Amino acid sequence: MTTIDTTDTNDLPPQDPNAVSITINGRTVAARKGDLIIAAADSVDEYIPRFCYHPRMSSVGMCRQCMVEVEGPRGPMMVVSCMTPVADGQIVRTDTPQVKRAQEGMIELLLANHPLDCPVCDKGGECPLQDQAFSHGAGESRFVEEKRHYEKPIAISELVFLDRERCILCDRCTRFADEVAGDPLISFTQRGNNTQVMTFPDEPFASYFSGNTVQICPVGALTASPYRFKARPWDLEQRESTCTTCSVGCRTVVQSSRDELLRYQGVDSDPVNWGWLCDKGRFNFQSINSDDRLSTPQIKSGDTYAAASWSDALESVARVIRHSREGSVAILGGARGTNEDAFMWGALADAVGVTMRDAQLDDGLPESVFSYAQATIDSACAGGTVILLAPDLKEELPVLYLRLRDAVQKKKIRLIEISSHETGLTKYAWKSIRAESGTAAGVIPMLLAQADVSAQLSSGPVVIVAGRPNLAESASHTMDALSAVLAVAPSASVLPVLRRGNVRGALSLGLAPRNGNDAAAILEASAKGNVDCLILLGADPLSDVADIDLARRGIAGAKFVVAIDTFLTASASHADVVLPAAAYGEKDGTTMNLEGRVTSVVQKITPHGTSRADWMIAVELLTLLGHESNFTTLSDIQDAMSAAVPGFGTTTTAVAIKRDGVVVSVAPPSSAPAATSVAGPRNSYEFRLDLSRKLFDRAIGTITSPSLANLATEANVFIHPLDLDRVGAAEGTNVRVTNSHSSIVLPVRASSSVPRGTAWVPFNQIGADVRELIRRNESIIDVRIESM
Amino acid sequence: MTGGTWKHAPGFYAGDRPQVVTSRFQYEDSYTLERYLATDGYKGLRSALARPANEIHDEVKNATVLGRGGAGFPAGNKWGLMPQGVWPRYLVVNGDESEPGTYKDRLLMERDPHQLIEGCLIASYAAGLSQCFLYIRGEMALAQERVAAALNEAYAAGYIGKNILGSKFSLDIVLHWGAGAYVVGEETALIESLEGNRGMPRLKPPYFPAANGLYGQPTIVNNVETLANLPWLLNNGAAAYTAIGTATSPGTRMVAVSGHVNRPGVFEIINGITTFRDLLYGDEFCQGIRNGNDLKAFVPGGGSAPWFTPDQLDLPFEASQVGPAGSMLGSGAIMVMDSTTDIPRAALTLTRFYAHESCGKCTPCREGGTWLERILSRVVDGKGTDADLDQIFEVGESICPGAFPHASNEKLGIAAVPFPYRMNTICFVGPSAYAPVHSALTLFRSEFDARIVKRTMIKVTAVSE
Amino acid sequence: MARLTEENVRLAREIIGRYPKARSATIPLLHLAQEQDGYVTNEAMSHIGELVGASSAEVFGTASFYEMFKFEPVGKYLINICGTMSCALMGAEELMHHAEERLGIKMGSTTADGKFTLERAECQAACTEAPCLQVNYRYRYRVTPDQLDTLIDDLSAGTLSSEIPAHGVVASVRQHIPADRGVGAVAPETVTENPVWLDGKAAL
Ligand SMILES: Cc1cc2nc3c(=O)[nH]c(=O)nc-3n(C[C@H](O)[C@H](O)[C@H](O)COP(=O)(O)O)c2cc1C
Ligand code: SF4
Ligand code: SF4
Ligand code: SF4
Ligand code: FES
Ligand code: FES
Repeated sequence: MTTIDTTDTNDLPPQDPNAVSITINGRTVAARKGDLIIAAADSVDEYIPRFCYHPRMSSVGMCRQCMVEVEGPRGPMMVVSCMTPVADGQIVRTDTPQVKRAQEGMIELLLANHPLDCPVCDKGGECPLQDQAFSHGAGESRFVEEKRHYEKPIAISELVFLDRERCILCDRCTRFADEVAGDPLISFTQRGNNTQVMTFPDEPFASYFSGNTVQICPVGALTASPYRFKARPWDLEQRESTCTTCSVGCRTVVQSSRDELLRYQGVDSDPVNWGWLCDKGRFNFQSINSDDRLSTPQIKSGDTYAAASWSDALESVARVIRHSREGSVAILGGARGTNEDAFMWGALADAVGVTMRDAQLDDGLPESVFSYAQATIDSACAGGTVILLAPDLKEELPVLYLRLRDAVQKKKIRLIEISSHETGLTKYAWKSIRAESGTAAGVIPMLLAQADVSAQLSSGPVVIVAGRPNLAESASHTMDALSAVLAVAPSASVLPVLRRGNVRGALSLGLAPRNGNDAAAILEASAKGNVDCLILLGADPLSDVADIDLARRGIAGAKFVVAIDTFLTASASHADVVLPAAAYGEKDGTTMNLEGRVTSVVQKITPHGTSRADWMIAVELLTLLGHESNFTTLSDIQDAMSAAVPGFGTTTTAVAIKRDGVVVSVAPPSSAPAATSVAGPRNSYEFRLDLSRKLFDRAIGTITSPSLANLATEANVFIHPLDLDRVGAAEGTNVRVTNSHSSIVLPVRASSSVPRGTAWVPFNQIGADVRELIRRNESIIDVRIESM
Repeated sequence: MTGGTWKHAPGFYAGDRPQVVTSRFQYEDSYTLERYLATDGYKGLRSALARPANEIHDEVKNATVLGRGGAGFPAGNKWGLMPQGVWPRYLVVNGDESEPGTYKDRLLMERDPHQLIEGCLIASYAAGLSQCFLYIRGEMALAQERVAAALNEAYAAGYIGKNILGSKFSLDIVLHWGAGAYVVGEETALIESLEGNRGMPRLKPPYFPAANGLYGQPTIVNNVETLANLPWLLNNGAAAYTAIGTATSPGTRMVAVSGHVNRPGVFEIINGITTFRDLLYGDEFCQGIRNGNDLKAFVPGGGSAPWFTPDQLDLPFEASQVGPAGSMLGSGAIMVMDSTTDIPRAALTLTRFYAHESCGKCTPCREGGTWLERILSRVVDGKGTDADLDQIFEVGESICPGAFPHASNEKLGIAAVPFPYRMNTICFVGPSAYAPVHSALTLFRSEFDARIVKRTMIKVTAVSE
Repeated sequence: MARLTEENVRLAREIIGRYPKARSATIPLLHLAQEQDGYVTNEAMSHIGELVGASSAEVFGTASFYEMFKFEPVGKYLINICGTMSCALMGAEELMHHAEERLGIKMGSTTADGKFTLERAECQAACTEAPCLQVNYRYRYRVTPDQLDTLIDDLSAGTLSSEIPAHGVVASVRQHIPADRGVGAVAPETVTENPVWLDGKAAL
């Protein structure tokens, strides 16, 4: 079990009016009004046994394992420490015979119906029930009756198995599903001794957060399919790290055995993830163990690749760079690496005079979004109003969704959402309005001028959550909407929600576009034959750039393509040289989350095959290109980074030891602000295209993780039920989606979360690719839909 | 339809005593508005509305109307526990009567629904309650029909709803019904159930209904009989009310006596004065034990209550005397066992009830109750061992630690701990599973010993040490 | 089998409207579903979830807590024989054995013709009239084995059908709050003031 960082809770300022002092087993403990006895005890490592209590969920007091004695007016009283708040002068004892007897009694009762499964149980070795049964020396069970019997583990979702015989009915999983995730798809059913956790018949526990229930289950009742029977806890080695699957930057522990990654567990970082992970971040370690990983450098000859040595491969890249025309080398990507990777590649770019670089793939926002006053996750959740000009956060930045949802549920903030279809946060929003693509900036002034809204805005701080909601809509529309909000609420701060793991770090540390030469401009230049060497740094334009035509032309037009990646992606398979990159868990470094928080990522296993960290590749290329480089270790780079980047200061080395990391303010060089766009009116026979991401799609890291690969769905176009009637198509039948550029065929579905006139297509699912219809020089995309 | 094809539920005997809540039971049409109005109905409400609300609250306080649902807390005081200035506040009427042996609220709802409605109105007016929910046990079809019909009549006649009797007092009373779960009678479980959830009790603290009840708002939960007292009280005044019974237990209370007596029945008795002997043997009550048998034991206050023997027959219906004797008056339910009773089997019946009705929320009750039932049924079947009898105490100790409150404990050299007991559970259901078997085992050990196989083959390892 | 019918949805909305929070209507609506189909179907639970704003799993969690809700068909007549203390003291076990023999089924099961289901029930608040039973929640008091035989004969012959509706219907009288008399649900979100009659003066 992971414990919470409590480093700061004890040094309270002396005259804190909420400070109370209690005694636990004779020790004086400082606490605050409202704290629970169990939390106060935790803060001084007086461990009180517990099963149902979880510090991030409301207490239910069900298991009765945490009973302690509190001195009362009528003598000592037994109370549940997980529901009893501290009071000044309170005297608590956790070690009296009465307390021990109660604890032993509960264990005996819990074991009465618990199978003797420990040797074959995934939890065996890290199971609080097992530990407490041992530590209290309960011998043979005196329970001689038949135990409860249920069908052995049943799959309650694609990822989670439930063994009801092992369940001790602590309500943690069900509470999590309801209270934290907002997906109450599992519930207690039946009553009394027959109580069991169950889903509704035929409605699986399909929550993006289901893996957390496995982590918090105090016994082995819930197991995750990617980890079942993989290892015994005592075989696992672990290090604390940060998830870089998306830019929330959840803290994790990375666990491995015999040089294989086996499990990620959430770690409670107070400003970030509170111990939670999303299922994608939790289970995509499988992709790192994939047999399809690139393991050696490869050089293309004709249509096939031949394995090459690193020195040959690097030399061939260096040669191309050396012979490239001035200003004709381009670097795309970097957002999937570490800060050190980005810094070194930025340094290389500077040394070689690369003017074309971009860590984004025309799918985010211009870096000017970092030039406003910046918010943090905590500041957004602390109070006031949060305005969402963002993609569906539940789909793209899942744990940020949890934090905002929590803040709404606890009535700390009010959400105002402006979006082109309903999102996971819509039902928690105070106001949620549908604005067709291209029209948000136009409706904002009126919306914010409403009396109740403007009263709300002036009642406290305002945070604007800004990201790219729709890949078929130009980023300039979002930037216009952002300006429109700032015009009304000039003191608002901005939380940029660009989604790739280290996109903020990469942009801030050297891979931001120069002179407005962003990814789109680079690909356009390449298409025109102006790029002699295109370096794809973990970037896959053919899969990610919304204007697929531009991506195709750009890749085809480049004279020479170098792909540095973990897999042979769609784009990498067009490369002339492919270099295998070390993946997450295979290299040390730091990362920067969406709020600019720098934390560590760690190496836990040896890199696959001969793959190398991106920064090493940059260092070697620098040398090959004749630049003096005195970088040999990671800390050399970190020193240089601290020295070179204003605002980064000395944090990089400090963060490695501190769980919550440090928020740094590094503004990337800002390109000229994107030109504003004006979307013309939509022809009423047409639909405006809305292309946005779902958590599970056909992204490489997902489809190479067997347990996640099946979670992408069939590509569909969703339209309003009345529009379905208008089109004259039946639910689920194929329709033709057409505009002047192309025409594709997709099944159509009715959805009332889509407004009339909008056609919403989830990005990168199985089936026809809607990107064929997108051209980035059109700021919005209108299409016709015809039944077939 | 008014459910008029139904005969009155039987069992009530009026006798020659004051009738505070049963005065209309003699009429065939006692449940109609017409009869109610002809017998002083809604007069109490009218007189209440003619006075400021706080005066009515004081009147109820002065009368010391003890709660009739089990805990016996005075209603007027309970209303005063709500925090100042927090609105809205709700009234939830507890008509979930299901404690074994208890049979009175159903009679009051079936036979005189308007009296209950008038009680709800008076309480809501006095305590400033904004909406009233009348929760009736799911299995009571006729009570639901009678109350529904009465509510419909009373709405139409202007006794409920907007501007009652033309006054500024407005109140909706919503009929709600359960679906079969004993534990829902516990007030916080009742609230959970009324919120549409599984009826699992909440922890007190922090969920004291008066402060944090339905939808998190201040909520008064009162028993049907408690509220049924209010119309008479308003018609006759607190002084008349306290003139009946004793100072600490004024008024009357309804009591059901069942089991091995000659005339089982429901009686409205004088509080604080009538003794168990009066009830079991008195001519106007149960007229003695059946077939002239001896009394073996009786349960004095519903299935949860520790048992009494003939030694306690002379105790009056007075909490301050029954408590120290090791049991409780509870819900006014006496179950009588004569000398022919198979004691272990009787205990099993009750323990099985509580094990079956456990909501499953807390470990000791969910696991312990069933364990006790299993051991006991083995013993009853003649397959138990002496180790089993010890284990009963061990499991019981995990449910409610310490000497169990029982007068007979004194014989064993253990001082009786007055009610309420110490418990490791969230509510009383867990301890209630232990109470009957504990009573039976300590009072009638020989009947168990006669049943068990003397065997020490099963190895027993102590839990502690 | 079925979602709620149009008429029942209308009734459901009327019931929901009485509560400050729709979720409170869950149990009444489950009764409505059981009345409609004789038991509670999965479709009905999902439908109720939609109506009260809960997930199907939550509705099922609530429904399965309570004894009265059945998730598969039961007999037209559900005979619940009380087996708790007072009834047990007065011969409930014998009555149950007799019922089992007479119907040729065990407690907890249904006759092949789908007419009768036998259940052991807990205290029915009729303890002075022990032993007692309920047929579809209609009482019979101080029941002897002979009387039980007669009751089963009468139920089979259909002579009690006006008095005892088919399983699912509990109360045949419903509350109806007339629109012009009702105050409406008082929700915590909408009310923060004290009731108008709490002004220190008489209401009338
Ligand atoms: C397990 C349990 C079951 C209860 N069942 C009932 C019941 O069926 N009816 C009732 O009125 N009170 C019952 N009570 C008592 C209620 O919790 C509550 O105290 C009572 O309704 C308050 O009303 P009063 O103050 O008018 O007595 C029960 C309590 C417990 C612990
Ligand atoms: S499955 Fe695990 S987390 Fe869920 S209730 Fe059971 S023991 Fe608790
Ligand atoms: S929310 Fe993002 S950072 Fe957190 S676990 Fe999921 S993918 Fe990883
Ligand atoms: S004591 Fe029993 S009924 Fe009460 S809360 Fe615990 S499990 Fe539920
Ligand atoms: S941890 Fe406190 S009761 Fe479970
Ligand atoms: S015990 Fe059978 S009705 Fe009460």
